[in-house]
Amino acid sequence: MRIIASLKTALAAFALVLTLAVASPVSAQQSIQGVNPTAQAVKEQDLLRQLDAVSGRVSIPDQKSGLLIQPQGREWRQFHNTTMFWVGAIAVLGMIALLVVFYMTRGKIMIDGGFSGRTILRFNVFERFVHWLTAGCFIILALSGLNVTFGKSLLLPLIGHEAFTNVSVIAKYAHNFLAFPFMAGIVFMFAVWVRDNIPEGGDLAWLKAGGGLLGHDHPPAKKFNGGQKLIFWSVILGGVALSISGVLLLFPFFATTIWDMQIAQIVHGLVGLILVAIMLAHAYIGSVGMEGAFDAMGSGEVDLNWAKEHHSLWVKEEEAKKASMPKGMVAAE
Amino acid sequence: MARVKFLCDADRCIECNACVTACKNENEVPWGINRRRVVTINDGKPGERSVSMACMHCTDAPCAAVCPVDCFLTTADGVVVHNKDLCIGCGYCFYACPFGAPQYPKVGNFGSRGKMDKCTYCAGGPEADLTLAEYSKYGANRLAEGKLPICAEMCSTKSLLAGDGEIIAQIYKERVLKRGYGSGAWGWQTAYRETVAI
Repeated sequence: MRIIASLKTALAAFALVLTLAVASPVSAQQSIQGVNPTAQAVKEQDLLRQLDAVSGRVSIPDQKSGLLIQPQGREWRQFHNTTMFWVGAIAVLGMIALLVVFYMTRGKIMIDGGFSGRTILRFNVFERFVHWLTAGCFIILALSGLNVTFGKSLLLPLIGHEAFTNVSVIAKYAHNFLAFPFMAGIVFMFAVWVRDNIPEGGDLAWLKAGGGLLGHDHPPAKKFNGGQKLIFWSVILGGVALSISGVLLLFPFFATTIWDMQIAQIVHGLVGLILVAIMLAHAYIGSVGMEGAFDAMGSGEVDLNWAKEHHSLWVKEEEAKKASMPKGMVAAE
Repeated sequence: MARVKFLCDADRCIECNACVTACKNENEVPWGINRRRVVTINDGKPGERSVSMACMHCTDAPCAAVCPVDCFLTTADGVVVHNKDLCIGCGYCFYACPFGAPQYPKVGNFGSRGKMDKCTYCAGGPEADLTLAEYSKYGANRLAEGKLPICAEMCSTKSLLAGDGEIIAQIYKERVLKRGYGSGAWGWQTAYRETVAI
């Protein structure tokens, strides 16, 4: 009896399942029609509109690959290929053109009184070492940096792809490694010269008078004149900006996102190019542009007449220092 | 020749990561490098969605435009390949790429990068087809063998489609019409400046 009863129940259950199975496709069909089971799902265009990026979770160790789409890469490309290219070309070529015009009109700035034959120590050996450490690194950093932006259009067509890659690999390593002595140079430079580079009222007067570059008079100046102070501060501030952005670029994604990396590159490129233009002017006036100027960073001893004309107040200070020293004693440096 | 593309039908992707694994195996991709990855958006929430992503082989590719040593080239099929003999590992292509496709082996000091590696659409590199040199640098050249990229070919749900851009767009359109919904071709607007109109 029990068996029959359970058989009956099973049969009834089977019949029920059968009817449901026959009937269900119809109802299921009805529910599918016009229903979007993914209506709630995130949409690419919405995400791009709201966040300007699409990102999520990845199961691989490289967590930054969770960023699915970053259309900002296109803006960075626009900056790198167009904006920076032209800013750099205009800054560097413009400065060279300006210097050529200056040389044609003003000529080499001579010592009015001629060489006196007597010299005075302007920069000691450590100051000169710091200057040339920074300058030497900067020249190679600048050339290897310019190569990244302009090499493709200037050097590559001349020497071909393989040779250009060889040059660029060396340039890349030089850029990476010389960054460190350059940063050390910036720190030393700040330490030895900041005392003499605090802006003063006299600097404004010097700049207003054209610094003896535009006119022929020589406004008084201490160890560093207004123009040199501008050079000093552009090297320090520019150097710090280059160092910070450069270190971020040197350790990619260590503490940065893709957008930070793009901004670091933009800062690094623009500051670098502007500093190259400024340094061109600095190198010109320190060498071919002015008689007697190179000695300051060459032997360290400048002609007394040159010193009196360009740094009158500094010469007075130095002479006063010497006079106050007891007789028979020679200045330490 | 056809212009080949990738299309990920995100409504079908089940985040199995088989495409990632197959790609690594087929191309002997070095440790630490993933040419393809699956990104899950809104993970664990309603509206979760997974998308398989690799190099999209963009039209007017940003990587090629910013490369300082001009090491990229686009094949007649529209595949963006690069020459590892020329690459200097500067990392610029990664900053420009909208899809995070370029990968770099970590070599030497600091964060210094080796030669860039990315999805080749299983089309090898600029070396002679199906040579050992090509395989060791770029991985398989399935295109030369008349096959499509392994990731798409073995996709279990046929979510990832590869092939002639027009044909895969047509397949996707038919799917969307049949099932009544579709979230669009992810990344197409960014990569190809066009989308699949439905």
